[in-house]
Amino acid sequence: MSADITAETPAKGTSLQLGHILRRAEPIIISLIAMLAGLALFGLFLLAVGKSPITFYELVYKAGFGSAFSWQNTLSRAAPLLLSALCVALPARLGLVVIGGEGAIVLGGVAAGAAGMYLPGLPGAIGIAAMMIAAAIAGGAWIGAVGAMRHYRGVNETISSLLMAYIAIALMNHLVEGPLRDPASLNKPSTAPIEAAYRIGEMPFLGTHWGLGLGVLACIACWVLIDRTSWGFAARIAGGNTRAAEVQGLPVGRLVIGFTALGGALAGLAGMMEVAAVHGSANASLAAGYGYTGILIAFLARHNPLAIIPVALLLAGFEASSGLVQRRLDLPDATVLVLQGFVFITILLSETAYGRFKLFRPDEWRRK
Amino acid sequence: MKTPTRRQFLKTTSLVAGAAALGSALPFSAARAAGLTIGFIYVGPKDDYGYNQAHAEGAAAVKAMEGVTVVEEENVAETVDVQKSMESMINFDGASLLFPTSFGYFDPHILALAPKYPDVRFEHCGGLWSADKHPKNTGSYFGYIGMGQFLNGIAAGHATKSKKIGFVAAKPIPQVLLNINSFLLGARTVDPSITCQVIFTGEWSLAVKEAEATNALADQGVDVVTCHVDGPKVVMETAAGRGMYLCGYHANQSPLAPDKYLTGAEWNWANVYTGMVKTVQSGGTIPNFVRGGLAEGFIKMSPLGPAVSDAARKQFTETHDAIMKGNYAVINGPMKDNKGNVIATAGQSFVETDVALESMDYLVDGVIGSTS
Amino acid sequence: MTGADIGWWGVPLAILGGAIRVSTPFLFVSLGECLTERSGRINLGLEGTLVFGAMSGYAVAYETNSAWLGVLAAAIAGSMFGLFHGWICKLPRVNDIAIGIALMLFGMGLAFFFGKPYIQPVAPDLPAFEFGAWSSLPQMQAALKVNVLFLVGIVLAIAMAWMFRATRLGLTIRVVGDSTDSARALGINPDLVRLLATGAGGALAGVAGAYLSLYYPGSWNEGISSGQGLMAVALVIFARWNPINCFWAALMFGGAGALGPALQSVGVSQGYYLFYAAPYVLTLVVLVATSSGRGLLASAPGSLSITK
Repeated sequence: MSADITAETPAKGTSLQLGHILRRAEPIIISLIAMLAGLALFGLFLLAVGKSPITFYELVYKAGFGSAFSWQNTLSRAAPLLLSALCVALPARLGLVVIGGEGAIVLGGVAAGAAGMYLPGLPGAIGIAAMMIAAAIAGGAWIGAVGAMRHYRGVNETISSLLMAYIAIALMNHLVEGPLRDPASLNKPSTAPIEAAYRIGEMPFLGTHWGLGLGVLACIACWVLIDRTSWGFAARIAGGNTRAAEVQGLPVGRLVIGFTALGGALAGLAGMMEVAAVHGSANASLAAGYGYTGILIAFLARHNPLAIIPVALLLAGFEASSGLVQRRLDLPDATVLVLQGFVFITILLSETAYGRFKLFRPDEWRRK
Repeated sequence: MKTPTRRQFLKTTSLVAGAAALGSALPFSAARAAGLTIGFIYVGPKDDYGYNQAHAEGAAAVKAMEGVTVVEEENVAETVDVQKSMESMINFDGASLLFPTSFGYFDPHILALAPKYPDVRFEHCGGLWSADKHPKNTGSYFGYIGMGQFLNGIAAGHATKSKKIGFVAAKPIPQVLLNINSFLLGARTVDPSITCQVIFTGEWSLAVKEAEATNALADQGVDVVTCHVDGPKVVMETAAGRGMYLCGYHANQSPLAPDKYLTGAEWNWANVYTGMVKTVQSGGTIPNFVRGGLAEGFIKMSPLGPAVSDAARKQFTETHDAIMKGNYAVINGPMKDNKGNVIATAGQSFVETDVALESMDYLVDGVIGSTS
Repeated sequence: MTGADIGWWGVPLAILGGAIRVSTPFLFVSLGECLTERSGRINLGLEGTLVFGAMSGYAVAYETNSAWLGVLAAAIAGSMFGLFHGWICKLPRVNDIAIGIALMLFGMGLAFFFGKPYIQPVAPDLPAFEFGAWSSLPQMQAALKVNVLFLVGIVLAIAMAWMFRATRLGLTIRVVGDSTDSARALGINPDLVRLLATGAGGALAGVAGAYLSLYYPGSWNEGISSGQGLMAVALVIFARWNPINCFWAALMFGGAGALGPALQSVGVSQGYYLFYAAPYVLTLVVLVATSSGRGLLASAPGSLSITK
């Protein structure tokens, strides 16, 4: 072994670098090929029901990515998905499958709406900060409780987070139709509209509210947390083997509760953004299913916070094209669901191909 | 499946027309009328036997008119989704008249978009448009369907033996409360001892809960039921299975249980929509605040079923005629709500056109249920 | 005459009736998932299978005018989804939870795509036994109107429990579920066992969907399921992978769900959203109370990814 290394010293640097790049590229290239395969399969499905796949994909491109408006459409839909996917990806680092991010979103929205209602007259930035803090606390406490139940009572986090999501939606409905209802919100029970100063506007040039910017920042920050800090490192160890992590003296309980609470807080912020940038008040429209879409995105991104960004964009682009496809091709609205099904199954299926191609293993090229 | 070419053609022409319309600013009614593109957006599936189907039937009538292209989208959520759907219709199809039909689309979604597209007309179902608050290119329309529930109540009042009628409702909002109150008040014109049990399901569309609510009403001896949820099919079928009589809502549900179906309060959007489109085609503008009832053809009643007695038929027809004359009042003082508060003093009445009825927040005496 | 005024007695009666009416889909999905998870695999996508089962069952029942053919079609369709899931997850490095979520989307998408023409028509209903015929109370008669599938579900739960405990087949499934390596050492093909267990689980979820569309509430529309499939998967963990417990869990869940409407019908009408959350709160409370300490659940199949 050692003789080998010294003999190859001149070539070592470049080959290691190339190997690094290729290894990083492997999931991207395989996923892209899988996506194309999924799109092709869906094309066959369309042919089978008598529609033109070429027209279909033209429309998807046009409506999802083909113009400035299309990008606005896609980006606006992606905004809440980034944060809600993080609510799944962060606990996943510890091996936890949290599927109840929807609960944190709606309660974050209600908390933000209530904060806006009960703290009027502050300068805009402070009011917005108060709403953000309220939302983060509500969402963080909700999913953090899931982590706590897991840690202290051994309650399975998948089932408890799902139950908590249903309870959160009931609580939200109760609050916006009962104690927090603005009597003027006649046929759409809501909290009182937040003041104009507390509203969050659009990002420059993008035609999309700042929730997108917050989501991208959060994805980057979470990537740093997981990949570059000792906390992230400890979480990965604890996720791999809890017992070993405890033997090494890692604070597993704090990690579990911390990561779930952080995920919940981010989902809560997604709810706050819906209130401050879209709805202007908290109401039942908060339960729009973003939390459930986030699960899929996180799994497709293999819980890598950076990968969440392109996956969310892809999914949002598909959704953005739904309307035009309905109108032009006379296809039902569920068509995009079927398309997503095809693409996501092939992408997930392609994970089985990892490590099978020598292309991505330059160090194995020479050995026969 | 064989029509894409024709559709494509229509699309291109309407795009051109739309672009021309946007380019030429204000006075372009003639140019636009040549290729008017109209968008309809539904919050649920358009064949739900209820709210969305009623609108989709109206859209179908518009589709049959000369010189118009109709584009539709269903299952559009009351989130940023609907904003983007509307914009997509404007940008890609050149739509210049939009009917986003769900109540929740108005504030904030239509209000966010209307200033951005001043040449597009946004017609919204159910909202309370007011000149000082809302953009001029938005408008609201709705029908006095409470009158239909009042007539339902008359049929129910004659049919009930237990003197208990029931109402499966989604949420305690003014439009729903007015329907519940009207239903009971109609029944009470037959027998003032009748009570109405209401159960709120909390959601506009939640099949199992609607079935459970109907069963719970049956268990309490309720024998005539109506509802205000988006798709009444489940309530109607469950109620018929429990031997209850039915009064329909939104659309005609009589095919689901012809023997048990008394009558129903239906929307007549075909009439309303074709009327509005004709106004635009002839260069006019749709008023910002449009309301109408039986007389204006905004709502209609399902044909009376075989279970309706002669006495009921007679009173139903007389009341129907009286409502057709206009200025009919369902709430006549003195009247109290079911918490004992006075809602109308002696001699005070609220006629069907009274805007106060659109912010109703009480259930009248005799309704068993609560508004929160 | 629709009978006597029973007032507050309506509440326990509604809970009984609701438990019987509402629980069946939970029962079938959770039994199916119990079987799948006992073999060491998780299928989170049964919600999609259930919705597709509801659609295909309704469509076939309508076209053939036979509700039972509809149930059969739903079972076949469900097993297809299950086998597909089982086949994909057999491949190395594929994440069964993620595939389940993607299949949930796929199943719902296909059901909505092909289900449009069947929203309007009325298909025949599944028959029910009138066990309440002895009573003169119509409420009792209604509560004890028991669908055949509910009874099939009870028999299935007992049979499955017996199978796991006392038969070679049950033992095989359990061995596979507890350790892939020891299964291989015993000459069992774990992939095949899991494939078949997932297929059978899918078939049961399909039947659950057919119950929704063909009996209660008894019609096909896109909102027919309010998450029953997802919730039932969670109930399996709650039931500790025991088929008999699955039955009790489903019954409790169905009964608690009837509480909200029943209380409103006797005049307890404030805060109904909170009553509607009763099944979830109750399940959570029981779960917290009965769990203890941390780490693996003793009864969990060893190779199940969700309990690690």
